[in-house]
Amino acid sequence: MAENRKLTVSSSPHIRSAQDTRSIMLDVIIALSPALLVAVYVFGLRALVLTCVSVAASVFFEWAYRKLMKKPSSIGDLSAVITGMLIAYCLPANTPYWIPVIAAFFAIVIVKQLYGGIGKNFLNPALAGRAFVVASWPALLALSPAPLGYDSIFNFGSDAVTAATPMASLHAGSLPDVGILDMFLGKIGGSLGEVSSFALLVGGAYLVIRKIICCRIPVSYILTVAVLTFIFPKGNNNLQWMLYNLLGGGLMLGAIFMATDYSTSPVTPKGQIIFGIGCGLLTVFIRYFGSYVEGVSYAILIMNVCVWLIDKYTLPRRFGVTREDKRSAKKSKEVAAQ
Amino acid sequence: MSFKFHGGVHPPDKKSPADKTQVIPLNPPSLVVIPMSLHIGAPCRPAVKVGDMVKLGQKIGDSDAPVSAPIHATVSGKVTAVEPRLTPAGTMVTSVVIENDGMDTPCETMVPHSEEELSDPDAIVALIREAGIVGMGGATFPTAFKITSGKGKVDTVIINGAECEPYITSDYRTMLEHPEEVLGGIRLIMKACGVSRAIFAIEDNKADAIALLKSKNSENSGIDILPLKTLYPQGAEKQLIKTVTGLEVPPGGLPAAVGCAVFNCFTAYSVYRAAYEGRPAIERVVTVAGSAMEQPKNYLVRVGTPLEYVFEQAGGFIKEPHKVIMGGPMMGVAVHDLSVPVIKGTNALLAFCEDETRTVENPTCIRCGKCVEVCPMNLLPLYMYMYEQKDDYAGMERNRLTDCIECGACAYNCPGRLHLTHSFRAGKAKIAARAAAEKARAEATKAATTV
Ligand code: SF4
Ligand code: SF4
Repeated sequence: MAENRKLTVSSSPHIRSAQDTRSIMLDVIIALSPALLVAVYVFGLRALVLTCVSVAASVFFEWAYRKLMKKPSSIGDLSAVITGMLIAYCLPANTPYWIPVIAAFFAIVIVKQLYGGIGKNFLNPALAGRAFVVASWPALLALSPAPLGYDSIFNFGSDAVTAATPMASLHAGSLPDVGILDMFLGKIGGSLGEVSSFALLVGGAYLVIRKIICCRIPVSYILTVAVLTFIFPKGNNNLQWMLYNLLGGGLMLGAIFMATDYSTSPVTPKGQIIFGIGCGLLTVFIRYFGSYVEGVSYAILIMNVCVWLIDKYTLPRRFGVTREDKRSAKKSKEVAAQ
Repeated sequence: MSFKFHGGVHPPDKKSPADKTQVIPLNPPSLVVIPMSLHIGAPCRPAVKVGDMVKLGQKIGDSDAPVSAPIHATVSGKVTAVEPRLTPAGTMVTSVVIENDGMDTPCETMVPHSEEELSDPDAIVALIREAGIVGMGGATFPTAFKITSGKGKVDTVIINGAECEPYITSDYRTMLEHPEEVLGGIRLIMKACGVSRAIFAIEDNKADAIALLKSKNSENSGIDILPLKTLYPQGAEKQLIKTVTGLEVPPGGLPAAVGCAVFNCFTAYSVYRAAYEGRPAIERVVTVAGSAMEQPKNYLVRVGTPLEYVFEQAGGFIKEPHKVIMGGPMMGVAVHDLSVPVIKGTNALLAFCEDETRTVENPTCIRCGKCVEVCPMNLLPLYMYMYEQKDDYAGMERNRLTDCIECGACAYNCPGRLHLTHSFRAGKAKIAARAAAEKARAEATKAATTV
């Protein structure tokens, strides 16, 4: 009794799972790496350098903003690293180095930090950053280098041979001149991180196994696109048209890594499915009827805006209240009103 | 056949090695402090005064209120004080302090009940009340009242042997060491409730207890021993009922609304002892564990024993504890003063040295939805938290903050390290305070208009 003990008093629970924000983000970075490896293989080391520039810029802006605003530093949560990677992933490998820096500024400062930082932004920072640079310098980003278009992977110039991406021919209504296996593995033109559906699916599987994301959004998104493109093949073979639509362009990258962004996707199970379907519908709509070649990024950005609404109207069923209960309550109310 | 509730978490169970060793009866201390409120409901009036000599098991406090349970002396000796003392909950409650004479002289009332008496349901209820038996799992709801209030509505008795909190093995050891007594207690509860069926639900991480109980259970006893998947909070009343029967207790309702009554397995054991040994609820098995203890073990501890005495007898702290918890790590209360006594619902005392709560300086919600994924009440903890922080009552109500059972699963799982469960406790208090204020205002205006 004489002992003077200092015991902490805090509210339960007194234990916590080891998983924290940082470990989650680290898992996402791991899941994103296979796509980067393929990008280096397909487009040369420039893809890696471009990604590093983008990551460095994102982390710098995150640090600098919080420092200037005298807010606690948040670069330790590693979310800025992911934003940087994703920005680079949706740019062609021959993009001038200053472009991702500007995109990173827009993504981190305007889209993310001005709204209060991680968890508070309502637009996907990487996609918004990309949309901003695409709108500002469309000519610079229109063409992607052809796969292995460099003399060697050590060619760092941005003057490589360029070629139309599979997405461009799909937009024109015809099947691209690439084998389906090359499409799947990523030996195609396109933004540097989106080309290999295989690498992205491996990353996605890792995220699902580690329970970082659940498959509701990616599956409902990809399925919606699959069904729609299968039904409306624009005069092509249904199956082929569907497969090229799934593998070409940014669908896998978008569905697995962008649409599942925590801050900008719903948290309710029903809401996640609605969100995925919405993304799928808009993607196909833009691809078919829009002037842009690719619809993934705008589809996701549009759905981002609806997230709060979706969450609000997809409250899970209340424990102890079954659907029958609700119906009978409604009925008795109507009876009372009469 | 069993059903599944939504969500749940798998915290590391840490039940070993305390689960391996026999329960050790702890020598009663030289002084016990017995609060006159060891249960939910009306507190008891002390029936003794300073200077009185009391015997072991003698009634020292009672109340006429229906929701209450009498309190007995847990040692024999002299009453040295009847005064407010600190309780584990942090409140001051009138307590009877008894100086132990070391004799354990039993009270004359501690006699076994006759078989004849035990065939009458009302007599069983009466003896359960007289023995001061309450929900021994920690809820401490008076058992006799639970039985009488459920009469006619309850057709299924569920015995909670889930013990889903990490570290705790007190029920498990009781099942292993006293299987017949536990089953006997269940039969008495069934008789008292007037039902022919009971389901004894046990998490499947206690396989040997399940096997043992099955072997001791006679076929026509009406008791079903049901293994449950190990998942926290399997032992929470509403979740247990859902798993066992598939039924959901409606919001704000009692288990009787779906025909169920849930009793803890230690409660059943206590009923047995009260009936066949005449021993009232004066002691319980307590798991003493945590990183500040060398040897986690189970002790049979008298109610009223100061915590510091329990820890001392259990070998003392090997390292300076940072936090001491009464109950499990998910739902237990942290105590700051070790002079507070063990109470009827104390199933564990845990002393931790390092901070296992992994608190961070700036808890930040990243909207990962992991709280939603695990909430067993189908709630959206992140939104409840947001509205609670903003004092937005409409938002709290829309998100059904009052449905929260404070199980802690969301906060356990939150990577942003938000103090979710704490916020919901605060939110409930705010809502209650506002409702009270509104009622008072309405009454005041009513009074003003009638004048
Ligand atoms: S688990 Fe924590 S960080 Fe994730 S959504 Fe819930 S409150 Fe936010
Ligand atoms: S503490 Fe409340 S909100 Fe959190 S998981 Fe448990 S019931 Fe759900």
